[in-house]
Amino acid sequence: MSIWEYANPRRFMAFTDRWMPWLFGLAGIAMVVGLVWGFFFTPDDFRQGSTVKIIYLHVPSAMMAINAWIMMLVASLVWLIRRHHVSALAAKAAAPIGVTMTLIALATGAIWGQPMWGTWWAWDPRLTSFLILFLFYVGYVALWAAIEDPDTAADLTSVLCLVGSVFALLSRYAVNFWNQGLHQGATLSLDKEENIADVFWFPLLVSIAGFVLLFVALVFYRTRTEIRARRLHALELRERMA
Amino acid sequence: MMPDLGPYATYVTLAYVVSLGLLAALVALSVWQGKRVKRQLAEAEARRKNG
Repeated sequence: MSIWEYANPRRFMAFTDRWMPWLFGLAGIAMVVGLVWGFFFTPDDFRQGSTVKIIYLHVPSAMMAINAWIMMLVASLVWLIRRHHVSALAAKAAAPIGVTMTLIALATGAIWGQPMWGTWWAWDPRLTSFLILFLFYVGYVALWAAIEDPDTAADLTSVLCLVGSVFALLSRYAVNFWNQGLHQGATLSLDKEENIADVFWFPLLVSIAGFVLLFVALVFYRTRTEIRARRLHALELRERMA
Repeated sequence: MMPDLGPYATYVTLAYVVSLGLLAALVALSVWQGKRVKRQLAEAEARRKNG
């Protein structure tokens, strides 16, 4: 069985119809367990106090903000190279989720920054690249809405996605590239010396799993909506021409 | 049941309220759009069948 089978809208609808309820269920369980565990049953950090509890929202949302764009990039490339409509619609469907994840990462970062850094915002490399990523997301959504012909919209938004990928990568590696600013390095470092303590790490992993599952479930759901909207658009065009 | 968040209670609570509110809005908007498009498509398909 090939992945390209799911480029067929009927196959995609049948596949997602079967898996989506499980994904939403698992996402709900993982998010509730991760966030309740992190909020109610973890200690305060010796330096950051109770603000460390913001990590269970900030890190998963920031990860998903970047990974959603990477998923959109792959889907856009598939559209540009193989012209599969489902992939273009999946990229379109993922964008509002990416907007929300970026907004959560920026908001929780600002709320965490005020008590820890003494400021809501700084023109730090990672914060700035994240803000630009957010603006790219908004521009991507606006471009889809501004162009009536769906294939032209898919072409232009795919090119925008390619350009914006620079900022998706910069958001991830800004701290390493410039080695300055207020933001710390990667939280999920594989280096044992720099990694966070297990008491924070395990609920964080569960929370991340919840955010990933919610993202996949929502992409499935929203792509199904986009497939139906495309069919509706085609029927309405036929009605107008008849 | 509520943990003692100390001097940062406002910040931590605000972060959770804002984030969960945004996630709830995203899910609600997706479901609302999904149902609306599904209904409109069913109506259009019915019109097409009826002639």
